[in-house]
Amino acid sequence: MTFLAAIGAFVLGALAAVGRVSIFAFDTVSHLARPPWYPREFGVQILQIGWNSLPVVGLTTIFTGGALALQIYAGGARFSAEAVVPQIVAIGMVRELGPVLVGLMIAARVTSSVAAEIATMKVTEQIDALVTLSTHPMKYLTLPRVLAATVVMPVLVAVGDIIGIMGGFVVGVQRLGFNASTYLTNTIDFLEWIDIVSSLSKGAVFGFIAALMGCYFGMRSERGAAGVGSATKGAVVAASVLILAANFILTEMFFAG
Amino acid sequence: MIELKGVHKAFGSKEVLRGVDLVIPKGESMVIIGGSGTGKSVCLKSVLGLVTPDKGEITVEGQDVTRLRQGSRERDAFLARFGMLFQGGALFDSLHVWENVAFRLLRGSLKRPKQEAREIAIEKLRRVGLTPDVADQFPAELSGGMQKRVGLARAIAAEPEIIFFDEPTTGLDPIMSGVINDLIREIVVEMGATAMTITHDMTSVRAIADKVAMLHAGKIRWTGPVAEMDTSGDPYLTQFITGSAEGPIEAVR
Ligand SMILES: Nc1ncnc2c1ncn2[C@@H]1O[C@H](COP(=O)(O)OP(=O)(O)O)[C@@H](O)[C@H]1O
Ligand SMILES: [Mg+2]
Repeated sequence: MTFLAAIGAFVLGALAAVGRVSIFAFDTVSHLARPPWYPREFGVQILQIGWNSLPVVGLTTIFTGGALALQIYAGGARFSAEAVVPQIVAIGMVRELGPVLVGLMIAARVTSSVAAEIATMKVTEQIDALVTLSTHPMKYLTLPRVLAATVVMPVLVAVGDIIGIMGGFVVGVQRLGFNASTYLTNTIDFLEWIDIVSSLSKGAVFGFIAALMGCYFGMRSERGAAGVGSATKGAVVAASVLILAANFILTEMFFAG
Repeated sequence: MIELKGVHKAFGSKEVLRGVDLVIPKGESMVIIGGSGTGKSVCLKSVLGLVTPDKGEITVEGQDVTRLRQGSRERDAFLARFGMLFQGGALFDSLHVWENVAFRLLRGSLKRPKQEAREIAIEKLRRVGLTPDVADQFPAELSGGMQKRVGLARAIAAEPEIIFFDEPTTGLDPIMSGVINDLIREIVVEMGATAMTITHDMTSVRAIADKVAMLHAGKIRWTGPVAEMDTSGDPYLTQFITGSAEGPIEAVR
């Protein structure tokens, strides 16, 4: 009985959390239609979320692209390796690994810093101060971050896809002795529009999730340093899990139909 | 006029306010005293709508402020008349000092040209005893007492009609406390503002109060003109004023 009660309590708690997050998400988006807007904050966030994430995006994807090429080659594709390796690297990077890896890196880098920043503002009464200065925290803090992440993530994913493919290319040409121009033609010929569209759409969705979770957990932070810590942890875990779940759903929508 | 009637507020099982009744007439300076953790800050925050009371009524010039919706035009208009100094300063650490002070003047209904906003900010900084060179620093580069004064400058920057000061002199040296006390007095007298100040500093109380209210056990224990404070005959108030460890207020709370 206590076991059933525990399951019941867990399910109810989870449903309530989904409800709260959904309301928060709708509230955030609704501010798009309601001025005032803060373009300067949006610009700052584009720089912080987009530009400053480029190194980490590049590093993660180049190594993954390279490893992928080695793996496919080692995994028995030696026959028509020169055609198969570039094709699978391209498909793997663009459809799945690019968006997912960049999404998870953004969850680590952006979600954590957004959550910690907003939670600190909450516990040091800066959010209260914003309100008394007639500035809506959802408009001034949440919307610029969520919007910037949503807009800039497709670009980061595109960069990640390209660098990942380059990683495979370098390994293919340098280590496996493939012909460089054949590699590139194989890559380009094999990719379809749907691959690219799905990749960038995933990016937008993951960016939205990553920034939204950072803001949501930050705004709900409990008081004190421990509050900031657990808000940050909660935000990163929630963003990572939701990104992977959303990836599954989006893959289903784009490719299983 | 600000009026609180039977205001209750609990956080979880902790009942902080248990029926606060208080009237602050327009243009007067009310000082709230009371032990730390008795809910003085919560009291100010409920007037501003940062904390929603569980029960009771708060009106500012007859307008019920607990029913104003966040982000509504009425609430914005209401808040535009307020200035608030937070206990911890609550400066925005991503903005320069002058941008903090001029925050209200850089956006929204009170927006004005950047150069003008900056000049006003520097003038307000001077009034709280800070030199113009702090204007371009970040809050984290300043000492606690300086941050407090920047917070004070921000609270008065848009010349509000109603000003709340949460422990304005805590953490300041005696001379700077004197400067701030004079400034608060000046704001009330010159600008005709209504002020509500929280403090533990009895020198400050005597310097800035028209009226004093003492919060104890979630209620206003005593309220009256500052001149009657010493002869109130209330053992709680007397203990607080004299700072005695002996008396009805327990030292361990
Ligand atoms: N947002 C909050 N959540 C939970 N407890 C709070 C909150 N704000 C204040 N409290 C509690 O209410 C009590 C009164 O706090 P406060 O008004 O800050 O006291 P003070 O009289 O020193 O200003 C304290 O015990 C504090 O822990
Ligand atoms: Mg306080």
